[in-house]
Amino acid sequence: MQTSPYIAEQTSVSIIMLKVLAALVPAIAAYVWLFGPAILVTLTLASATALVLEAAAVKLRGLPIKPFLMDGSALVTAWLLALSLPPIAPWWLIVLGTFFAIVVAKHLYGGLGNNLFNPAMVGYAVLIISFPVQMTQWSAPLLLAGAHLDLLQAAQYIFTGSLPNGIGLDAISSATPLDTLRTQLQLEHTVREITQLPIFGSIGGSGSEIVVLLFLLGGIYLWLARIITWHIPVAFMAGLWITGGLFHITDPDRYISPWFHLATGGVMLGAFFIATDPVTGATTPKGKLIFGAGIGVLTYLIRTVGGYPDGVAFAVLLMNIAVPLIDTYTQPAVYGHKKKGASE
Amino acid sequence: MEMEIPGGTNESRLMNRTLYEFNGGVHPDEHKQVSTARPIALAPLPKQLVIPLSQHIGQAAKAIVSVGDQVLKGQRIGQAEGYVSVSVHAPTSGTVTAIAAHAVAHPSGLSDLCVSIVPDGADQWVEHASLDYRNMEPSHLRNLLRDMGIAGLGGAVFPSFIKLNPGAAQKVPTLILNGGECEPWISCDDMLMRERAVEILQGAAVMRFMLNSDDVLVGIEDNKPEAIAALRVAAAECGFPVEVIAVPTVYPGGGAKQLIKVLTGKEVPSGGRSTDIGVATFNVGTAYALHRAVNHGEPLISRIVTVTGNVHRPQNFEVLIGMPVAELVRLAGSVKDDTSGYVMGGPMMGITLAGDDVPVVKATNCILAQSPGLFPPAPPAMPCIRCTRCAQACPADLQPQELYWFARAKNFGKTQEYNLFDCIECGCCSYVCPSHIPLVQYYRYAKSEIWAKEKDKKAADQARERHEFRQLRIEREKRERAAKLAQRASAKPAEVASGSPEDAAAAAKKATIQAAIERAKAKKDSVTPKNVTDLPPEKLQEIAEIEARRAKIREIAQQPVDE
Repeated sequence: MQTSPYIAEQTSVSIIMLKVLAALVPAIAAYVWLFGPAILVTLTLASATALVLEAAAVKLRGLPIKPFLMDGSALVTAWLLALSLPPIAPWWLIVLGTFFAIVVAKHLYGGLGNNLFNPAMVGYAVLIISFPVQMTQWSAPLLLAGAHLDLLQAAQYIFTGSLPNGIGLDAISSATPLDTLRTQLQLEHTVREITQLPIFGSIGGSGSEIVVLLFLLGGIYLWLARIITWHIPVAFMAGLWITGGLFHITDPDRYISPWFHLATGGVMLGAFFIATDPVTGATTPKGKLIFGAGIGVLTYLIRTVGGYPDGVAFAVLLMNIAVPLIDTYTQPAVYGHKKKGASE
Repeated sequence: MEMEIPGGTNESRLMNRTLYEFNGGVHPDEHKQVSTARPIALAPLPKQLVIPLSQHIGQAAKAIVSVGDQVLKGQRIGQAEGYVSVSVHAPTSGTVTAIAAHAVAHPSGLSDLCVSIVPDGADQWVEHASLDYRNMEPSHLRNLLRDMGIAGLGGAVFPSFIKLNPGAAQKVPTLILNGGECEPWISCDDMLMRERAVEILQGAAVMRFMLNSDDVLVGIEDNKPEAIAALRVAAAECGFPVEVIAVPTVYPGGGAKQLIKVLTGKEVPSGGRSTDIGVATFNVGTAYALHRAVNHGEPLISRIVTVTGNVHRPQNFEVLIGMPVAELVRLAGSVKDDTSGYVMGGPMMGITLAGDDVPVVKATNCILAQSPGLFPPAPPAMPCIRCTRCAQACPADLQPQELYWFARAKNFGKTQEYNLFDCIECGCCSYVCPSHIPLVQYYRYAKSEIWAKEKDKKAADQARERHEFRQLRIEREKRERAAKLAQRASAKPAEVASGSPEDAAAAAKKATIQAAIERAKAKKDSVTPKNVTDLPPEKLQEIAEIEARRAKIREIAQQPVDE
């Protein structure tokens, strides 16, 4: 016998995941336009791998394959991981990262809804710890690159590691702005000198700041579509900006403007698409603020005093650990439990 | 905080009412217009009326008629029993044909004791007269209302006489009439307000008098402009200040707690009553019923029911309590062919009826004919992704995703820690869940398990007390018997002179021994049950198996029914 409610909103996990993917499309388009089509190869490979692994894992667990493949969560994980990787990373790096994301981080922890750690960030963390060299060879912005790869050439490089005749790796790759900043600071250059380098744009990195802007716009769409709430992205950005601002004020030559931090690396992608993963994030409004702010502060500290150029992945994973504790201690007041006259 | 202006008139207060918001809520399609196109129609006498003795919250009424009795319209047929109870009455004149279990509107689908009446067609009233309520002992008036069967018609059917007691403060400052009617499809309150606004306020006048209220507010969702207009006209002429307030349309804005929050900004304390914060809330239908009772002397024997959904002519009817659903839906042009069942109430909180022979009761605001097209079954549930849409939709500010988690894990202690019992089962969480999890069902399950455990515990406590008392009694009796025996034994030598003294001494000794044996036996009987500690492994195995079977049964019972 059916019980109330007998009606429901037209919604599903698949619809939510599709909207998340749709929100990423403008940034991906800009990525292709500014950095070449290699990212499409990475995205496709990660997606295919994720779907195959998801299907295998679901089958091994004795669950119906179709609804779980259709939920779209594996695709979202694949895209988020692919967008965190260098677009010209070798194929095995992508496959390995996707394996750790889907099989280890997600299904070994109980599958959709049960994983403690953000799958895409687990995949990323495994790769950056294990293969730091491959993980820091990024595509150069086309404006600065000595040579361009078309789609086929990019695929060939990713799968075989061989470049067309006459094109060297140096011509198509470069360090990221965050990487450059880190190495140049170690060489005792000041921030003012470093930001004169061509890889730096007006706020963040040359070209990449456009992609970052489109991640921001995609994120705002997710907020308007009520897929995410504002709490985590705002707290994340505020945590990063305030911490960065404090350092910046004390020594502007050594600590770059907090706006640069917002506009580079995985911050916008992380704030709107990764930290907002509902499964691994805090759930209460206050908890989301703490969770987001924690990621912001940790990201800055890892970038500035830690050993890695970008800290979003580790910051997210560290805050994932704290989620049960945060949720437990930030339960909102239930109707009828508030203090008398509190709302007046 | 608004300042209280000394000497300020009621009118000045009417001008500046700030509305508040409750968190959450949803906006389902309304479907109300389909049943508001036609005026309220009087449903004709059915062939038979089936009147359940338990139509209200609290103890069922006790039947005071017998099979074969002739009854008159408005005659009491069930007497209120206990404090939280009201009487039930014959809705028309006729013959009592049965007092037996009959299918009723209950989520369990179980039957309940009902009085069946076959109408004689005369519809002859019992002697009745209006009440001079202003010159009456208040408790006497409340008792009369209890005997007239007045209970909340908004759905909870709580006995009204209890809520009409102003309590120790002799005053409930704010009286709210609830015309929210937030559930989709239902329009009985809307039509009642449009057509009988004056009578509703006459009922409110009685409430205002009984509760010694200062303010009378009528909250109506702003999707009912005709009802708002009708009540404003009536309010202008009713002779006491009434404020008719349009509140935003959002489900469950017509829930008493939510409406109180919107109109006053105050929250009913958890586990408390609205009178704790100086507010009494009544459904507009209850106010109308009270008017009929006080000003006409008529007990509650009919109500307005919306018949809608998969029927040809959706409409509101004034229906006698006890009318079978089958006859009622026939009045609405009968149901369409693909009708799959009936819901009593709305699509958010209504209950599925076991069949169409179920009678209309005081709680029946709507009969909703279902079809797979109108109300498609939910797709299979997916895992919870903790998206917290449920938390954002919850009007009680709960964390439904946590409650779901704990209920699923049968961690009932935790569900209580997360305020399970503040859940009003409005269904918003299930409505928005992208994983299609029947969340409310999990909460109902958790609540019923907790209730069952409480009941078991109470029963066990009672049994233990009884057992201890019995042990004491047996021990005392044995002691007394032994003492008597010993006494008789020692008295024997004196009485029977010929008996040898050895015999007497032996008998006394025997009696003493017997008493000691009995004492020891009694002591042995009173030790704690033996089957809880130091059990052999095979016994433990057996217990584990029984427990597993019980868990399995509970699991099966808990499984969602959509597959």
